Amino acid sequence: MQENAPDPQLYDYHPYNARPKITWPEGKTCAVWVAPNLEYYEIDPPIHPKRNPWPHPAPSVVGYSHRDHSNRVSHWRMAEVMSKHGFPGSVSLSVALCQHHPEVVQDGVDRGWEFFSHGIYNTRYSYDMTEAQERAIIEDSIATVQAATGQRIRGWLAPALTHTPRTLDLLAEYGFDYTCDLYHDDQVQDVKVAKNGLASIPYSLEVNDHYGFFVYNMSGREYADTLVRQYERLAKEGEKSGTVMCIPLHAYLIGQPHRIGPFEEALEHIAKDGRAWIARAGDIVDAWRAQQ
Amino acid sequence: MSTLPESYTEYPKRREGYDHDLYKWSNIHTRPPVRWPGDTSVAAWLCVSLEWFPIVPGGAFKAPGHMVTPYPDYRHYTARDYGNRVGVWRFLEAFEKAGVKASFATNAAIAERYPELIEALAADGHEIIAHSTDMNGTIDATLGEDAERALIKDSMDRMEAATGVRPRGWHSIARQQSFHTLDLLKEHGLTYCCDWVNDELPYRMNNGLINLPLNHELSDRQIITVQQKSADSWGESMRDAFDWLAHEAAAQKSARLLPIHLTPYIMGLPYRIGALEELLRDLSARDEAWFATGSEIVGAWEDQQ
Repeated sequence: MQENAPDPQLYDYHPYNARPKITWPEGKTCAVWVAPNLEYYEIDPPIHPKRNPWPHPAPSVVGYSHRDHSNRVSHWRMAEVMSKHGFPGSVSLSVALCQHHPEVVQDGVDRGWEFFSHGIYNTRYSYDMTEAQERAIIEDSIATVQAATGQRIRGWLAPALTHTPRTLDLLAEYGFDYTCDLYHDDQVQDVKVAKNGLASIPYSLEVNDHYGFFVYNMSGREYADTLVRQYERLAKEGEKSGTVMCIPLHAYLIGQPHRIGPFEEALEHIAKDGRAWIARAGDIVDAWRAQQ
Repeated sequence: MSTLPESYTEYPKRREGYDHDLYKWSNIHTRPPVRWPGDTSVAAWLCVSLEWFPIVPGGAFKAPGHMVTPYPDYRHYTARDYGNRVGVWRFLEAFEKAGVKASFATNAAIAERYPELIEALAADGHEIIAHSTDMNGTIDATLGEDAERALIKDSMDRMEAATGVRPRGWHSIARQQSFHTLDLLKEHGLTYCCDWVNDELPYRMNNGLINLPLNHELSDRQIITVQQKSADSWGESMRDAFDWLAHEAAAQKSARLLPIHLTPYIMGLPYRIGALEELLRDLSARDEAWFATGSEIVGAWEDQQ
């Protein structure tokens, strides 16, 4: 990006109504990927001068234990529902989870899920990192996930969505294929980086379960209905040029007992519709890249 | 651009298990199965918070629901006390009609100020658990161990004096604790707390105290006050939760817990109480449901460990 410029120069303007046609395998119109955030939040992290992770001095009991619900209860509930309807996960991973709760990571491996990095912990923010520190978290991520899953990570969702002006260039330099941090489009797009290439795959804040439940205050059923509406529209528009729908999740939110039932109905709807290419993030980026 | 200390990318507690020693990790889906009495599968735990907010706020932090306007905030003082004067009596009638027992997380000040209410709880066979002194009795790390010990002792002694029974359970205001709280609760003779929302069955902390998870996501405060849903939407979420838990319990052959956390000044309003009555009527008729107090649930769980 262009540091300190009003336009950070992340990408070129491409009007939605005048693009080359993207096609997905078997004539599907919308590539659907599910992105469970498998996270670890530290109970007593060092406090970053620009952001305090917790509303109370440590231990912030509700904040910490709410997220811990993922790793004791709701991960498996969410993962079972996904597997049942044929949705693999593309995991946004706090890579330290490989050390803290390897059982959760292994469950994703056993289900054939893809892993990308969401930083070391979701309580360590990248703002103001030196280049050496930022390289360290990237190299740590690559090595940690490789050791735990056998996968070389290809993607990045910044820890707690915190960046530096050099993050995207570094990701491209280390051979990453995609970033999930840009929300400017419903199709895969090229990102401008110093060298190599980098794609932006649509992740989504708008249909992220966190936004659904804590920004828009939806009930479980309202959120499920939102997913269906989002899908229906993107599947229709994808006839013209293939679209992408991401369903970003946090097990401690979607896996609560009052939400998981309606969510399963939404997944079932999408799986049975016939127009969805249910895929992993890397597969979608590869299919798009092959058409450039 | 300022820079961060080198230690910001060092992780001294990056290890297998948690980054603390308060309790151990465990996956609910692989634990030995639990059953509830009568071969029921979903323990429905009604927990009611009985709160008295001094019109002069204080404490380690301001409790949710506390005063808002400049002093004197008649509006919030009285709207909260409405729950103790009116709303909770609607709850008691609803519980009696459905034939169910609840746990009442009670400020010591409530027990002292409203003896008629305490008598009614005892007469109906409900459990009373400790909920600090009053709504200024908040706990966090800024309080300091000695002051926290004094606060917990004060709460427990006053509860015992006012009710004749030493509570077995503890609920912290806003579920907020310090790193000393679990040990201090043990020190004061408590059997369980219900502040950690990370599980859906009771589990034992490393110091022997039991945590009975009181899910804040399923509370009337969260759904109605924070997320601003209607009472009917709350009821729909509770039914969806019960249905899922009953289904999961059957599939995994292990019991589950549905905590229903209620606040008299929220759910006890005339236009909302009907949604609670309807929910209780529906769930108490379900074969899978075991309506029980916190102590009964903890006891049944402990017997199977």
